[in-house]
Amino acid sequence: MADPDTDPTRSDRTVLDARDISRALTRISHELLERNKGATDLVLLGLHTRGVPLARRIADKIAAVEGAPVAVGELDVTMYRDDLRSQPTRRAHKTALPPGGIDRKVVVLVDDVLFSGRTIRAALDALADLGRPSAVRLAVLVDRGHRELPIRADHVGKNLPSALAERVSVRLAEIDGTDEVTIS
Amino acid sequence: MKHLLSIDDLSVDEIESLFATAADMHDVQRREVKKLPALRGRTVVNMFFEDSTRTRSSFEIAGKWLSADVINVSAKGSSTSKGESLRDTVLTVCAMGVDGLVIRHPASGAAVQVSEWVDASVVNAGDGTHEHPTQALLDAYTLQRRLGSLEGRHVAIIGDLTHSRVFRSNVQCLTKLGARVTVVAPPTLMPSGIAAWSAAAGFETSYDLDAVLPEADAVMMLRVQRERMSGAFFPSAREYTVGYGLTRNRLALLKPDVPICHPGPMNRGLEIAADAADAAQSVVLEQVSSGLAIRMAVLYHLLAGEEA
Repeated sequence: MADPDTDPTRSDRTVLDARDISRALTRISHELLERNKGATDLVLLGLHTRGVPLARRIADKIAAVEGAPVAVGELDVTMYRDDLRSQPTRRAHKTALPPGGIDRKVVVLVDDVLFSGRTIRAALDALADLGRPSAVRLAVLVDRGHRELPIRADHVGKNLPSALAERVSVRLAEIDGTDEVTIS
Repeated sequence: MKHLLSIDDLSVDEIESLFATAADMHDVQRREVKKLPALRGRTVVNMFFEDSTRTRSSFEIAGKWLSADVINVSAKGSSTSKGESLRDTVLTVCAMGVDGLVIRHPASGAAVQVSEWVDASVVNAGDGTHEHPTQALLDAYTLQRRLGSLEGRHVAIIGDLTHSRVFRSNVQCLTKLGARVTVVAPPTLMPSGIAAWSAAAGFETSYDLDAVLPEADAVMMLRVQRERMSGAFFPSAREYTVGYGLTRNRLALLKPDVPICHPGPMNRGLEIAADAADAAQSVVLEQVSSGLAIRMAVLYHLLAGEEA
């Protein structure tokens, strides 16, 4: 593949490549362990679509450090969105909690891009219907700003100042066949 | 999707998409808080001009779990019994700002007719002997969960075909999903003109239940609908059971673990013996919980998105 920075046919710019993404996730994994003082009672919940593989990767990294598996699940917030009425019907995805549930656990929501904050607002509502975690934290690969709600991330892979009109795309090997974050 | 009137209106993709949503909705039944906010602020009216327990309560619960406001109107105790026409009743209710109208009516074609009168999304919950699309969807969904893909699987539908809207919707739904369908009934309960239809739609007919059962991958028993029978379609209940009931002896003809469906309400001892209804491979109660998931999926797909 041509280098995107010099390829004139591509209008987008790579801000994170595969190694950057891996390093960011490794750092987030260590931050989570440090903050939580270990992996006990930690539950990683990936938000559909690309938060799910990210949560699994962080879980793998934590397991490699701690030597024990960490609970991981997936959360779909489609039904809780505030924009259902203004879009064509969205297809829902699966919500799968780990066997221990989320009651009295430290839940870490994992998503690819933090933007308006509305997805996280929906996720917090969804969590309230699923149980009562002792704490909820947020880890994102990219924070691109432009929040519309009082929400912030606890762990950020990369802060990416962006113009509202710009488009940030996260591609992950599990879904898109390649690992990169681009802005266009 | 604006209305759900007939299985015929649905593409295979739309059916698969409803099944995918239903699978997510299924998990809600196991949750402590059985509530999703997707249809908050939407109003659904169940209009039932025929008796019903499972379909009506299933639609009611489905709407409530999606946070819609659900109102039930039944023919008994409504203005219909004062002589109001269907059109006036429907228009009156819809003038109250209704978003979804779930209708069951003894006249075939009632749901299609109503959909032409109103702006609300109309769901056909059974119209006469014509169609019952959500039942067909939930049956196919239940079987798919048990058997995996229905492609090439052989489903036997047995019983009172003449009066069955469930059979008419099911044949369409199952053949769309690639299943091989054989329908079995006594000659008096085989609908007239079925030869042309079965040739066009690609399903088989038979009068011999004992020959079909050993071949089936799934068995769907239909209720003998005495309330729709004006004449004598068979000499006695016992004779029907001997020829076409799923009895204990016939249970032994089935391949192991073949799922047994019945849309309910069951006439135990007539079309289905207690041994079959309560057998380990009976999916009758699973059909009920699938029905809830399917109806949530239907209401979600019709009412959650932007107005078409």
